[in-house]
Amino acid sequence: MSDVIQVTGLTKTYTTGKGSPPLRAVDGIDFTVRAGEVFGFLGPNGAGKTSTIRMLTGLSRRTAGSARILGLDLVTDLPRIKKHVGVVPEASNLYDELTALNNLIFAMQLYGVPRAERRPRAEALLARFRLAEKRDVPFAKLSRGMKRGLTIAAALAHQPPLLFLDEPTTGLDVMSARNLRGMIADLRDEGVTVFLTTHYLEEAERLCDRIAVIVKGRIVALDTVDGLKAAAQGRTAVEVTLAGADGVTTRRIETDDVAAAVQTALAEAGDRRVMAVNTVRPTLEDVFVRLTGLAAEAMLAEKGGKGGGNAAG
Amino acid sequence: MLQDDLRCLWYIAMKDLRAYYFKPPNISWGILFPFAFVLAFAVRNPGDLRTLIPGLIALTLLFSTSSMEAIVIVFERRLGSLERLLLAPVRLPALLAGKLLGGMVFGLTVTLVVLVIVLIVFGVTGANWPLLIAALLLSAAAFAALGAFVSVAVKEVFEAQTLANFIRFPMMFLGGVFVPVASLPPALQVVARLLPLTYAVEALRAALWGGSPLLAALDLLALAGFAAVLFMLAARVLAQGVT
Repeated sequence: MSDVIQVTGLTKTYTTGKGSPPLRAVDGIDFTVRAGEVFGFLGPNGAGKTSTIRMLTGLSRRTAGSARILGLDLVTDLPRIKKHVGVVPEASNLYDELTALNNLIFAMQLYGVPRAERRPRAEALLARFRLAEKRDVPFAKLSRGMKRGLTIAAALAHQPPLLFLDEPTTGLDVMSARNLRGMIADLRDEGVTVFLTTHYLEEAERLCDRIAVIVKGRIVALDTVDGLKAAAQGRTAVEVTLAGADGVTTRRIETDDVAAAVQTALAEAGDRRVMAVNTVRPTLEDVFVRLTGLAAEAMLAEKGGKGGGNAAG
Repeated sequence: MLQDDLRCLWYIAMKDLRAYYFKPPNISWGILFPFAFVLAFAVRNPGDLRTLIPGLIALTLLFSTSSMEAIVIVFERRLGSLERLLLAPVRLPALLAGKLLGGMVFGLTVTLVVLVIVLIVFGVTGANWPLLIAALLLSAAAFAALGAFVSVAVKEVFEAQTLANFIRFPMMFLGGVFVPVASLPPALQVVARLLPLTYAVEALRAALWGGSPLLAALDLLALAGFAAVLFMLAARVLAQGVT
């Protein structure tokens, strides 16, 4: 599998005003994204996710380091890179005054899609994102979920082989988020490489082939979901639910030796009834908490609310 | 790359015209505002209304070209939609040129309506058409570049409106629209020479009523200079936004 993105020593430093030291938002990161994979980029607020995505899409200049995207140098070949990349920013940012159809047509005009292909392709995208009935509705009048879908459709209008998705499901209701996740999975099946930032760990776990965790501008882990979990095997837990005079209680034992943990829990049960014994494998959230020291709930709270539903579906 | 730039430039202009410019409030503002000002002046100072025609046309072009132009970039930046253009395969100068082209096309369209009315009502004959067309095009370019510079120089829409009016209103009274520049105090004459509207009015006057070809050529040169300098300044400020 070839590399679609190759990042070496990428650094971004911001000046923060007189007397203050410069802020190093991205601190010499290295990673590669392989063709056809969904690559997750996880981290708490201020970790450097957006700074990285802005550099890779040409919205921001790098301070140091280099990157090659689709085999092209980010600095010298940026216009050519832009032709082959789709970007969905965190905020849906199409034109309020244009209809859903005209927004897609305009996106295609910018990217040089031949005139004869624009209309049929726009209609197909509207149908795919369940917006066919909204084709003549101005963007401003669409629901939040529809706006999100149309923004992703616009990023796909020129059929890019690489798509950057920045927090695609943030703020969406459960059904809209679920639909979008389905579409992201479909894109991977079609061979589109997806660079995904998200705050929803279950979403990342469900969608991503590999995940990089960035904390304070540095990548602290990069592996497949299973690989990341394997690194946290020592945190496998046994949960024993007991019923007694004091009600139902659950005892959780984190252990390397599941059998011994079960025996310990049963021994401690005394005259209480054992209702359930479960082995709990580490989740991506467990891995994330260990790497960042930040609980998932805290990360969502930082982000400003749940939204996006859970990743079920 | 040039092909990409030209394509994007064209479609950005067409999108802006469709999304922002050709709306009833813009059209009515572009036409009515200069008429109202000139009419008020004519009522107060009855005389040969024909002398006010170049100023009326220049004012129409100034306000119709720069009013929305001064807002459109900062507006899109606030909404985040400017980012879409920055992500597109187009270089910044071409992106900016697309923004200018939208303002120019709208300004020239509105001005053409006013011009036709004026030509019919006042029976203007013997105009120097090549000079008139050149004066209109270069004035529109200068005014659009002025609007674009205002739009990239501020962070909020209301700041753009304030700054645009801060520049345009003094220009209206010093640019030879109502009072000939030559009759202004010497210090104000110097100020007037720093304003693109002055050269637009002079070039239009020469085109409609005749005048020195050399002076008209210098007026056109000055307008081209204003357009180029303001465009480069706007492009530079816009590029600084990509940090």
